Amino acid sequence: MALELTISGIDAAYGAVRALQGVSISVKDGETVALLGTNGNGKSTLMKCVMGIVRPSTGKIELKIENKNHDLTRLSTEEIVSLGVAMVPEGRRLFPKLTVEENLLLGAFRPQARPDIAKNLALCYETFDVLKQRRGQLAGSMSGGQQQMLAIARALMSSPKLLLVDEPSVGLSPLLVSNTITMIKQLKERHGLTVLMAEQNFHQAIRIADRGYLIVHGEIVFEGESVADLEANDLVKNYYLGTAG
Amino acid sequence: MKRFLIGALAVLALAASMPLIFHNEYFFFAGYVVLQFIVLATAWNILGGYAGYVNFGSGAFFAVGAYTAVALYKAFALPLGLQILAGAAASGLLGFGVGMLTLRLRGIFFSIATIAVAIVLETVVLNWHYVGGAKGLPIMRPVETPFFASHTVWLFFVMAALAVLAVGAARYIETSWIGRGLRAIRDNEVAAECSGVPTLKLKLGAATLSGALMGAAGAPYAQYLSFIEPASTFSLNYAVNALAMPIIGGMGHWIGPVIGAVLLGSVQQIVTVTISSEINVLVVGVMLVVFVVAAPEGILGLFRKLFPSRKS
Repeated sequence: MALELTISGIDAAYGAVRALQGVSISVKDGETVALLGTNGNGKSTLMKCVMGIVRPSTGKIELKIENKNHDLTRLSTEEIVSLGVAMVPEGRRLFPKLTVEENLLLGAFRPQARPDIAKNLALCYETFDVLKQRRGQLAGSMSGGQQQMLAIARALMSSPKLLLVDEPSVGLSPLLVSNTITMIKQLKERHGLTVLMAEQNFHQAIRIADRGYLIVHGEIVFEGESVADLEANDLVKNYYLGTAG
Repeated sequence: MKRFLIGALAVLALAASMPLIFHNEYFFFAGYVVLQFIVLATAWNILGGYAGYVNFGSGAFFAVGAYTAVALYKAFALPLGLQILAGAAASGLLGFGVGMLTLRLRGIFFSIATIAVAIVLETVVLNWHYVGGAKGLPIMRPVETPFFASHTVWLFFVMAALAVLAVGAARYIETSWIGRGLRAIRDNEVAAECSGVPTLKLKLGAATLSGALMGAAGAPYAQYLSFIEPASTFSLNYAVNALAMPIIGGMGHWIGPVIGAVLLGSVQQIVTVTISSEINVLVVGVMLVVFVVAAPEGILGLFRKLFPSRKS
């Protein structure tokens, strides 16, 4: 299955505040691409642009699936989800007063996803045993790690091909961060996903990323073709590793 | 579904057989008001309870239904059924407009906007002389009502049918994907959008249906009173009751607004007769405060707390 996400030269702003400037990145079939950057540099905005929640003022976002091009800047969020793009939003953004099961079912809201509900639900419960045990519990009453699992499981309910993960490490303890990242890798391999992950935890992100981009003040300042490439970069050293001279 | 249908038919049969039990016309006069509140509270709950968009302008939707019916009755002498349809259509359109407000306004700002809508519309009707303007307009009731003992009994039955329709619609929404989507919007609208829930479509649909049902409840109002005037038709009373009843009954389940409307509506009718019509607003206020403090999940929530095993 051929899938390719190409973002070229997008600008986005919240009113007068510029969030993205001339951002171009691409994600190819089967890759795990990391979008690295500290808080407030535009990672989430870029994710939201792909989902159609924030509209870029210029530039193109194209998703190629099976040799068919889709212009994501012209599609609504629900149409983008229907194409097979799902997002695990930053801070999890669950439905806290709905049950775990209802949260999962909402992940499969699109009519295209509904025929596979039983299968996907079973798969989610098999993967995340704790969710099965707590299926009738209110999502907001679970621990942070469990909520993060639920957020990931919910995204998988729509049988996505491209998974966007926005800051999976936010609000989790180091051990849970590590577990979550490992989980994303396992799920990616199991479901044949393509993953774009925004993350500020450099060391965790590069554990599973094939390559990555460094975003600073809304601009892509470095494109690393491999993890080694990223680690060797001066800017990365400066921002993350604190080893630059 | 089958059980609900049988229940609905039973309620209608009961309403139709009431004249055999009660011969006092006042029973139907008061019963009409309670049924009307069931429709209003149920309609309010579709947008306010399921989707979490609190509408403070229920009086305006009610009045738009009532005045649409009056205008069409005066112009073309339309029969009641068509008046109700037209009233529902006009209020549904207003609901669609209010639904568009949700694009920009959430939470308390949406609620304030609905109050503004109500005030603007009341001012318009105050200056619309064709339907009587500020001084109101007397409406002649039809002299004869076939099959029914009196016109009031007939209107009572019509309102019972509307109540069954409204509750049926609410129940359908609640148990379908639409209801799940609306609950998602109430809980976290951004997350709902991320999950591919078509939030705008659902909100517009809920606002339109909610408005249409309120308009349908208002359409027979002028015939019921034989008179219509803006102050009482746009009364804040409707807005307060439409909101208080679901809160007191419980907002999560379709039966909640029904319980709230029957309880609050009956108490108000009894208070009006036995004490004074002015006191009934106080009754609503006091009950609302008591419930918000003591049972924030309404009577349904209280019931679930007392009988945790029951799933209803």
